Amino acid sequence: MLLAILPFLMGFGLGNAWVRVLDFVLLYVLLAIGLNIVVGYAGLLDLGYIAFYALGAYLYAWLASPHFGLHLPFWLVLPLGAMLAGLFGVLLGAPTLRLRGDYLAIVTLGFGEIIRIFMNNLNAPFNLTNGPQGMNLIDPVSIAGFSFGKPLHVFGMTFPPTYFYYYLFLAFTLLAIFVALRLQDSRIGRAWAAIREDEIAAAAMGINTRNMKLLAFAMGATFGGLAGGLFAAFQGFISPESFNLWESILVLCMIVLGGMGNIPGVILGAVLLTVIPEALRYLGDLQRATLGHVAVDPADLRMLLFGVALVAMMLFRPAGLLPSHQRKREFAAEDGVAEQEQANLYDTRA
Amino acid sequence: MSLLQVRGLKVAYGGIQAVRGIDFDVAQGELVCLIGANGAGKSSTLKGLMGLIQPHGEVFFAGERLQKQPTHAIAARGMALVPEGRGIFGRLTVAENLAMGAYLRNDRAEIKADLARAFELFPRLAERSKQLAGTLSGGEQQMLAIARAMMGRPRLLLLDEPSMGLAPLMVQKIYATIAAIAHEGVTILLVEQNANLALQVSHRAYVMESGAITLSGPSHELARNPQVRAAYLGD
Repeated sequence: MLLAILPFLMGFGLGNAWVRVLDFVLLYVLLAIGLNIVVGYAGLLDLGYIAFYALGAYLYAWLASPHFGLHLPFWLVLPLGAMLAGLFGVLLGAPTLRLRGDYLAIVTLGFGEIIRIFMNNLNAPFNLTNGPQGMNLIDPVSIAGFSFGKPLHVFGMTFPPTYFYYYLFLAFTLLAIFVALRLQDSRIGRAWAAIREDEIAAAAMGINTRNMKLLAFAMGATFGGLAGGLFAAFQGFISPESFNLWESILVLCMIVLGGMGNIPGVILGAVLLTVIPEALRYLGDLQRATLGHVAVDPADLRMLLFGVALVAMMLFRPAGLLPSHQRKREFAAEDGVAEQEQANLYDTRA
Repeated sequence: MSLLQVRGLKVAYGGIQAVRGIDFDVAQGELVCLIGANGAGKSSTLKGLMGLIQPHGEVFFAGERLQKQPTHAIAARGMALVPEGRGIFGRLTVAENLAMGAYLRNDRAEIKADLARAFELFPRLAERSKQLAGTLSGGEQQMLAIARAMMGRPRLLLLDEPSMGLAPLMVQKIYATIAAIAHEGVTILLVEQNANLALQVSHRAYVMESGAITLSGPSHELARNPQVRAAYLGD
């Protein structure tokens, strides 16, 4: 209910810019849920996740912009983008199957950079991506003849496209949440959890660890590609700059901050890390009003606060703001372990 | 024909030969142990059998030859491994760990019955069923690892050093349990450095040294063998 009227509250209270922020919040929630499948469920640390977002966005731009003169419909392009990203998820997963932890992180980081650098340089000999200038005039979403590209005037009020995108993104986000929750409780989700905990034991239980890991990569990437396509349609413009390493790290931070593996936590993390930087922009205005000039650039402050927040988190809530019940128990239990071990020792003697 | 027949099994890590072509058998219902010093190739033998490292040589299990099969396929044929260091799923609960043991099974009612049996055999696990497995003591984790493997109703249970790192009294408990499981008719291949215990509980034994089998025979005979006593039983 609140979700349904939220853009109106934001729109009338704070202006259209905040409806736009809401749209981005939803996109990041979608991304964070996707990455959570790879990192939170299956325990595969992926630092190049944004590459899948880029692939979804670029595919959308290729098939629905003047760049190649193609203007395929939204409902066709979006799944294709998600599928392309999923395919690349498998392509990244296959050669990295034997890697874990730090080593996997390095390779995925490299993969993310490779995709970005390709997008940056594939304007010659054949102009595929238009290089650093990016791709422009991407078709807005159009459903049943209703284009999201133009504002709607009804009852003397004007609703800009940000409102329509809000509901579109909300629908996809709710779908993603549903799928992610179902996956967690499924046989597949349990297999991922086992692989995360101990891969050898998981294989010995009869889990096809290779296929399950590839599936995790593919599923996560599919969500990323989906978000990318939505992003391209929403922005109307994409460039390699939007898909740098910082974005990958940001999405990972959302998961860590909110509570890895736990969907409500992941959502909270994505909301906080999207909204807080936006809110900090007001600090610039505040400084200008009180001091007459900007003493501390809010963009710098953002990084500082970000760092402080993460350090504080690690100290006070290492399992995340809303940890999964298992992680919570794990951290709560740590204090009790020594005591209990002592008790066990006496037990066996008795 | 034996449940497990191994002929000329070789296991290598890169260029290093850990197991240099060994032959052995485990018959249905037997408890066979593989004893030997650290680095003799005992654990490598189990890893080779389970497909965690691709071995060379012939392994016949339940009448079929296992050839270049991945671990999960070997598990599906009824071989279960309790790995060295237990390999429990630390951030899953005890009950969830046990449920993972029955991952390949669909017979819900039977699984439930087996779970009840596991709790009967290990009352400690029943008390702690909702607790995270990583918070259990070492001995409880070993019990959990064995109970979890049993949840798959294996035809052959491979145990890798179940006594490792445990207090003597806990080791006794674990071995009593192993004997009880064997008594129920489960076929077990036990790898153990603690030769004394392993020879007490097993029917037959093989002694491994530097990747080869040097002695074999009924356990009670090997326990009296002067060579074995000198090398492994501290005489």
